[in-house]
Amino acid sequence: MAKASMFRWLTLGLVLGLSAPLAAPGALAQQPPIKIGESNSYARQAAFTVPYRNGWQLALDEINAKGGVLGRKLEVVSREDGATTGDATRVAEELVSREGVTLLFGSFLSNVGVAMADFANQKKIVYIAAEPLTDAITMAQGNRYTFRVRPNNTMQVGMLMEQAKASGAKRWAIVAPNYEFGQSAAGAFKRLLKEQIPDAEIVAEQYPALGKIEAGPTVSALDQAKPDGIFNVLFGPDLIQFVREGNTRGLFEDKTVLSLLTGEPEWLLPLKDEVPEGWIVTGYPWDEITDPKHKAFIEAYRTKFNETPRLGSLLGYTVMHMIRDTIERAGSTDTDALIKALENARFDTVAGPVTMRGIDHQSSMGAWVGKLKQKGATGGMTDWSYKDGTAYMPSEADVKAVRKE
Amino acid sequence: MDPSFLAVQALSGFASASSLFITACGLTLVFGVTRIVNFAHGSLYMIGAYTGATLVPRLLEWSYGPVPFWAGILASAVIVGLIGILIEVLLLRRIYGAPELFQLLATFGVVLVVQDLVVHVFGPQDILGPRAPGLRAPVEILGRRFPSYELVLIAAGPVVLGLVWLLLRKTRFGVLVRAATQDREMVSALGVNQALLFTGTLFLGAFLAGLGGALQVPRVAANTGMDLSVIAECFVVTVVGGMGSVPGAFLAALVIGQLQAFGILIFPKSTLVVVFLLMAAVLVVRPYGFFGRPEIIGGGHAVGIVSRAPSRATLPLTVALMILLAALPLVADAYLLKVAIEILVFGLFAFSLQLLIGVGGLVSFGHAAFFGLGAYGAALAVKWFGAPMEAALPLGLVLAALGAALIGAFVVRLSGIYLAMLTLAAAQILYAVAFQWVDVTGGDNGIVGVWPSPWANERTVYYLVTLVLTAGAALALMRIIDAPFGYSLRAMRDSEARAEAIGLHIRRHRWLAFTLAGAAAGLTGGLYAFSRGSVDPTLLGIPTSVDALTMLLLGGIQTITGPLVGAGVLHALRDQIMPLTDYWRLLLGLAIIAMVLIFPRGLVGTVQHWREVRA
Repeated sequence: MAKASMFRWLTLGLVLGLSAPLAAPGALAQQPPIKIGESNSYARQAAFTVPYRNGWQLALDEINAKGGVLGRKLEVVSREDGATTGDATRVAEELVSREGVTLLFGSFLSNVGVAMADFANQKKIVYIAAEPLTDAITMAQGNRYTFRVRPNNTMQVGMLMEQAKASGAKRWAIVAPNYEFGQSAAGAFKRLLKEQIPDAEIVAEQYPALGKIEAGPTVSALDQAKPDGIFNVLFGPDLIQFVREGNTRGLFEDKTVLSLLTGEPEWLLPLKDEVPEGWIVTGYPWDEITDPKHKAFIEAYRTKFNETPRLGSLLGYTVMHMIRDTIERAGSTDTDALIKALENARFDTVAGPVTMRGIDHQSSMGAWVGKLKQKGATGGMTDWSYKDGTAYMPSEADVKAVRKE
Repeated sequence: MDPSFLAVQALSGFASASSLFITACGLTLVFGVTRIVNFAHGSLYMIGAYTGATLVPRLLEWSYGPVPFWAGILASAVIVGLIGILIEVLLLRRIYGAPELFQLLATFGVVLVVQDLVVHVFGPQDILGPRAPGLRAPVEILGRRFPSYELVLIAAGPVVLGLVWLLLRKTRFGVLVRAATQDREMVSALGVNQALLFTGTLFLGAFLAGLGGALQVPRVAANTGMDLSVIAECFVVTVVGGMGSVPGAFLAALVIGQLQAFGILIFPKSTLVVVFLLMAAVLVVRPYGFFGRPEIIGGGHAVGIVSRAPSRATLPLTVALMILLAALPLVADAYLLKVAIEILVFGLFAFSLQLLIGVGGLVSFGHAAFFGLGAYGAALAVKWFGAPMEAALPLGLVLAALGAALIGAFVVRLSGIYLAMLTLAAAQILYAVAFQWVDVTGGDNGIVGVWPSPWANERTVYYLVTLVLTAGAALALMRIIDAPFGYSLRAMRDSEARAEAIGLHIRRHRWLAFTLAGAAAGLTGGLYAFSRGSVDPTLLGIPTSVDALTMLLLGGIQTITGPLVGAGVLHALRDQIMPLTDYWRLLLGLAIIAMVLIFPRGLVGTVQHWREVRA
């Protein structure tokens, strides 16, 4: 491989040297594009990932219209990761050894994210986890090559925990999907609850398999424990069934419900007219955002795709621009240079300034926290505020204690 | 525990049982008449759910009320019934006489085709249907609220049971269905129009599957994973109840519904395991389920390799092939080597299955169990004991061999379709354990960081390690096939009675074959785990078992080298085509169906056939 690439560079140099006097201005445009590898669960988790793909495509078009980066166009080689760890690392392998991509980004499910982080570490290639939220990616399983953009579980739960304190609820029930994301979120909730509300207790826990909830028995088992607060981590079809069954059986009445991600349009829109009002959630109130830069993005997105943005759209858009900035600052596509350009780097995103913390490769991107409210035929958020992630990040001591480096 | 809670929980269980029964009842009827275990039954259920979730809201927009709602549910079921007719006429009708293995594979081909078509027609999003008009408000039961729609579901099960009973007892069609369930050949000898009878049964079965799916519309979002999850549960219901028995299915569904409702209280994380353990327990005590009859073993159903004289050319050819394969790293790049490693691994995996199916005539539908055990054995050794690859690989192999010995001990008591179902159940139990025993196996997350020892980490070295191990194991298996042991297995496959009469110990031989095949599959599982650095429950899933069967079928079931060739061709094709298309499963499914219908000899088998014809 090394020989082949040296040969390629020599040829390129030769061609450039010969052609420079003839066509100096056009020479740079002739360079091959920079290939970026991307994989996500476009079939199984379409609700989030398809808007996410639209988002990075929008950004990619913008970037290439302005001439790309380092004088080369950006090209994204995108693959379906099958929503399983095995398939994800298989396509990653293909992207790296056959397509020769510069770096990898993407993934939705947290378990897939953890497997990709391990893969990146083994193959020594930069991997930017866009969506997977489990703490493990930047904590216990974190490594030199893996970076994460969205606020992790500890950060988002931390934002919700302030509301838990204010509510005064002491008997808490947890319902979470039984895989990496749900386990990590439930763990973060238990840990922060103990720290911040020492006299609170966990009275019930339900962990249905992802996508296989038996909503009736789950709801009545939670109800049986008579909690005054519920912490929910379900999303997608599990969430819809849980909400419908919970509404019917009155599970949420007179209770404080904290819910991760439920304010994101991808999970909120399918609830239609059954939005559980008053849930305290993290989400994306795109319809009420006034910041001009952010509004410009929303308008561009709506024009191009003829639909309203989801949080995935914003994330895909943001990540693509961050990758462009990184390559430009690194000045090359060399892995070590990319890592250096990412660590402690500051990015201007449509959601606000974001810093990629060097010690754990966790970005300081924040989240919107608010309450659910029925707005006509669908749901939305009210009483919301954007919480910058910096204040909620795991402490440096915690990071050092668990990271294996 | 307070009684009102128990009552509500039991009612939830009855509601699940009802929906499960309606679907499983269709499966068991179809099996009774056609003797085909229809894998695509779960796909019909899924189509029913999607159709209902799309059709019912349209009808409600047009006129809101209970009548359009229930009309929409019924219409969805009828549409699915018509699709059932289509499947019968186009496919099933052509394979009634085929060996069970081909029938199972062909209907699984339909599963694959439907999975891609559903995504194409209805879109990738999960669709949640509307609530039933008039049944939105809950009812109070002992001071607790209970969804009134669930009460309707509870009633629907017995109603369907009653209607099916009336149909079977009081109509001529029913008499014929019962007669065909008892003795299919006699029915045809008496001049009954079989085509019509079978098509009618398929309509009824598909209608019930569609009804089961459509009734879920208000409580479950139609999603693309529901086909395999419901078919696994339906298999449990039909096997536990006794295949072909409608009352058996009802009883089994009731037991399973309650087991799930209360299992969630006692083992909140292991509901899947509990259900499959029930099935295993019932099969051990009553091998043919609650109300099933011992199957009459039909002769001539076994397909397998023929006896043959070892050729003189084998040795030089093998040596030449080995040298060629060993020289591959000189020309191949890293990615090609990775593909080559996977081909070697799957080649041996399919070859180990050949020992069971081609040589022993034991149609195992759960070979993934041993592949997965090998992979998990190796990965767990790495995770929990920090074992290096040199120790983890043999551990995986031993775990798979032990698992195969244990499963084999139960399995060899059965034959034919019950054997296939029990192997499938065994694989599903292991899948459920791997999926839900999160503390040990990592559940859905799997186990990551399973990389080779530093000396073998280089791709070329790992390729050579894989080549030596898989080729060694394959040659050993070939030697076994040509040894007296292999001949004994073939004798039992071709005539159990005669083999027994000359003093062969059938169960012991088959049990040994199971253990050997399991050990070889375990080796491939371990090698696979180290080649990609992680394991996850899909390694134990139904698709993995079907992969091995497809490779066998593609290469040729009646040949020794067929599985190896089949693995090479299938994996190479998958590697080339999968990144290019969204319709890989559709293509694979159609290819499987086409092979069963027009190409049952497979690649190597066809070549051999030509040579024989010419000679």
